[in-house]
Amino acid sequence: MSEPLRGVIVSHAAVAQALLAAVAAITGVRDALVSVSNDGCDSGALAERLVAAIGGKPAVLFVDLPGGSCLTSSVRLARANADVAVVTGVNLAMLLDFVFHRDLAPADAARRAAEAGTKAIRTPAA
Amino acid sequence: MSIALYRIDDRLIHGQVVVGWGKPLNVGFIVLVDDTVRASAWEQDLYRMGVPPEIEVVFASTAEAAERLPEWERDPRVGILIAGDIDTVLALSANSHRVSRVNVGGIHHRPGRSERLRYVYLSDDEAAKLKALAAQGVEVSAQDVPTARPVPLTEFT
Repeated sequence: MSEPLRGVIVSHAAVAQALLAAVAAITGVRDALVSVSNDGCDSGALAERLVAAIGGKPAVLFVDLPGGSCLTSSVRLARANADVAVVTGVNLAMLLDFVFHRDLAPADAARRAAEAGTKAIRTPAA
Repeated sequence: MSIALYRIDDRLIHGQVVVGWGKPLNVGFIVLVDDTVRASAWEQDLYRMGVPPEIEVVFASTAEAAERLPEWERDPRVGILIAGDIDTVLALSANSHRVSRVNVGGIHHRPGRSERLRYVYLSDDEAAKLKALAAQGVEVSAQDVPTARPVPLTEFT
């Protein structure tokens, strides 16, 4: 990959914005991710926001839920673009891993992020 | 039971529908009336992804929905019917007197529409269509989630 992947966090309300701020606060990396909210959008308007956020670059879309408008718009876009992959259930752990592994192909980066995010879900003993 | 909620929502099946309304109503099935989705297997898979397996999702064209409405109304489970636009609900209402209440859950901004509520944008033509629906005896109100106040049609048109 000659160009690092872009990560686009796609969420309801301000979840994406908050995750982006958290990644920047923890890592200092500020150019790897952009946030998109579905606030006030029908599917057409959300698609426009996503296209603008991706900016014609290879990208991974990190979607909050495995269903709903954020997912449907993201998957529609990915189906039309081989350089775009989708991960659902975004969490901070997967984003922290992603920003340091942006040299992968989008599908590989999406799989890696999903693994990192899954590993972070635990039930520690009290 | 029958169909507890006839909803106009341009996001179709999403969180507000499945969780916001689906949980308190304890829905057993959701009918998505949309000609485009009805014709696309992968779009149907996408909409199913957001719905727990215990809730059946039925995809119908407008014509199929008009025909099957009595069947769904007789269903012992609680159901929600979703359409993405006003015209679809008008078509269903024209074919049946069973639609007695319509929930405007989300019609978002597009050129030609103006803001009526935070989640309802309408053109003058669309507002007139909702009034026509009400004139048929259908109770029309706007309410995005069950905990919000139902806003009568007269307050947003």
